[in-house]
Amino acid sequence: MSAPRSGVLNKQQREALIDPLFNNNPIALQVLGICSALAVTTKMETALVMSAALTAVLIGSNVSVSLIRNYIPSSIRIVVQLTIIASLVIVTDQVLKAFLFDVSKQLSVFVGLIITNCIVMGRAEAYAMQNGPVLSFWDGLGNSLGYSLILVFVAFFRELFGSGSLLGIQLFELATEGGWYTPNGLMVLAPGAFFLIGFFIWGLRAWKPDQQEAY
Amino acid sequence: MIEHYLSLAVKAMFVENMALAFFLGMCSFLAVSKKVETAIGLGGAVIFVLGITCPLNQLIYKYLLAEGALSWLSADFATVDLSFLTFLSFIGTIAAMVQIVEMGLDRYAPVLYNALGVFLPLIAVNCAILGASLFMVERDYTFVEASVYGIGNGIGWLLAVVALAALREKMRYSNVPPGLRGLGITFVLTGLMAIGFMAFAGIQL
Repeated sequence: MSAPRSGVLNKQQREALIDPLFNNNPIALQVLGICSALAVTTKMETALVMSAALTAVLIGSNVSVSLIRNYIPSSIRIVVQLTIIASLVIVTDQVLKAFLFDVSKQLSVFVGLIITNCIVMGRAEAYAMQNGPVLSFWDGLGNSLGYSLILVFVAFFRELFGSGSLLGIQLFELATEGGWYTPNGLMVLAPGAFFLIGFFIWGLRAWKPDQQEAY
Repeated sequence: MIEHYLSLAVKAMFVENMALAFFLGMCSFLAVSKKVETAIGLGGAVIFVLGITCPLNQLIYKYLLAEGALSWLSADFATVDLSFLTFLSFIGTIAAMVQIVEMGLDRYAPVLYNALGVFLPLIAVNCAILGASLFMVERDYTFVEASVYGIGNGIGWLLAVVALAALREKMRYSNVPPGLRGLGITFVLTGLMAIGFMAFAGIQL
């Protein structure tokens, strides 16, 4: 993987940004945020919008939790975090409804489910409560990139093989319209997403054997 | 009337199974499916919380949040639309309900409380719970429909998680390729189970 060799980020910030991509991927290794990840990946467009929404919420919640981390009593921290996250999700939902109405209809309840997306909660609890706002910003960006990476990977194959198109542009001519490609119906349905993620994890762990589990 | 509710329950349990058709509650689904016992414990807690929060949220939405819902207070409120507060109030209700259920169980049913242990608080952030409430709003269910839908969804989730846990216990005797062990093979298994559950599609009573 190619770390950006800019002088802007110091080593710690670069680690917070790059680590979640492959070494500590939120979906493939930490088993977080799978719930909403799979349902929105039948098309590239919804996957990209969902990734953008999660990135906005995750960075926002990481930075705000980190800013007030010394003032939150530890007994009510979960409630405080949930309130911050829920407010950010409401803002995101309203923005999507105002500017991307069609996509927001397709995403239906899954924008709201970002609230219970374990990545956001998990990073707020595990990282932002212990680190400063700048580091938390890079950690939020890195983790949402790791999430987006898997989302886009799965959506790419599901849209290409399931309906022969990418981002709505027809690449393979479908048999029903006189072309040669018969779409693979399994890809559009739920099981296709499970298989693709399973194989992605297999590939990742074949490349990085230290992530393998005992059984 | 009864048939309608029965059909809704079967649909919620099998056809639109929360875990296998909508991928909801996946995080805890994968985390607790290592042993059958813990899977049953969490599944029971999910049924309990879903059965309470789904109808409760229906009341909150219908009488407080939806457009014109406040008109029972006074005619001036007929145009007030608070539905943008849906997420915040639903997650608040769920977190509060989980807390109350936890305290009630601790006081009156300590055996069950100890059996569920750490899983009860985890339910507050289980997407299946919030998801059921949001679907309920989207589909405009009545109070009774919401109760049936919530309990049916809970039972469906329990069935799926117990079945997966049993499969994973058996997996220990199989020779899985090293890179696929653990999480990878679990995803493939879940995919195969989802294909199985697809056989229920289109069933109507």
